[in-house]
Amino acid sequence: MKRARARLALAAAALVAGVASAQERPIPAAELKSGSAFLGSDLRALQNDDFANPGMLWVERGAKLWSEPAGKLSCASSHKDAVSMRGVVASYPKIDKTNGKLLNLDNRINQCRSERMGAEPLRYESEELLALTAYIARQSLRLPIKTSIDGAARAHFEAGRASYHLRRGQMNLSCAHCHDAQWGKRLLSETISQGHPNAYPAYRMEWQTMGSLERRLRACLSGIRAEMLPYGSQEYLDLELFLVWRAQGLPIETPGVRR
Amino acid sequence: MAARIQIPREARRGDVIEVRILIQHPMETGYRHDDVGHLIKRNVINVLSCRYGGVEVFRADLSSGISANPYVQFYTVAEASGDLEFNWIDDEGQQGSERQSIVVRG
Repeated sequence: MKRARARLALAAAALVAGVASAQERPIPAAELKSGSAFLGSDLRALQNDDFANPGMLWVERGAKLWSEPAGKLSCASSHKDAVSMRGVVASYPKIDKTNGKLLNLDNRINQCRSERMGAEPLRYESEELLALTAYIARQSLRLPIKTSIDGAARAHFEAGRASYHLRRGQMNLSCAHCHDAQWGKRLLSETISQGHPNAYPAYRMEWQTMGSLERRLRACLSGIRAEMLPYGSQEYLDLELFLVWRAQGLPIETPGVRR
Repeated sequence: MAARIQIPREARRGDVIEVRILIQHPMETGYRHDDVGHLIKRNVINVLSCRYGGVEVFRADLSSGISANPYVQFYTVAEASGDLEFNWIDDEGQQGSERQSIVVRG
């Protein structure tokens, strides 16, 4: 009897936990769709063509930068072959163990440059930083993204979630209004995607060049007529963590091709 | 100006081979304005040519209708081992070139 009751309690707890996590993740794992699923077949083919994908120009540049000395060292002098980076980007942004700060890949590269290599940090959206992030992310091609929101990351995650659900701008929309509630429907000539970060940095047709996730977020903010935050602001970083958590399980596609 | 070329490393004589080139270039149309309202000067790659073993096998006059980072693909017949040499020039007079060799058997 006692055992049966314990089992019942366990089952109830599991049920509660199940409901809680289902509520937490707005799009269930089975329905997750990468941004490439919302593209036309021509752009999808372009992304999957390792030669013609224009983002590969940046990946190739990144490969050169990887072994070029900057300051005292090059990336290759510590990390050897970039294959050692496989899987790395799939878990960013994450908490840096030494200072407890949340870092994305851009921040990590710049931290490496200024603290270990004795080189100048690279400017956000600079060709060099885009090339390096694209090259490193490329090493994790097709690996599922995952993230940890435990410990110190939790507060950033909650801040990111709040940011995601915050109504902004003249249109008074939050990210969730389009990307959770309306994905798959049309917005003028475009299909609304689920808003996942798994292909960034990506080559965007509208930009005619490569851009980071932050640039994409800024474009979204501008689209809903909201104030764009400066590059490198904490809010983008927190939002990036939330987006990665929300997209867990999707494969890395960098360099993606997007409209 | 970085570029990528893709041709088969080897082919048999008489084979039709696919040649692909992707060039990094902004292909500035001349119709856009910068952040302070000044017109950005047109700067596009206006000629792209390919010589195979010293003989021109392909030439294209590109213009402002071509997207940034142009990608061009064409076919030619593998006749002899040698280099495919690409040359291009933009409105500012910047030249680019890239070459790759092919081994032809038979």
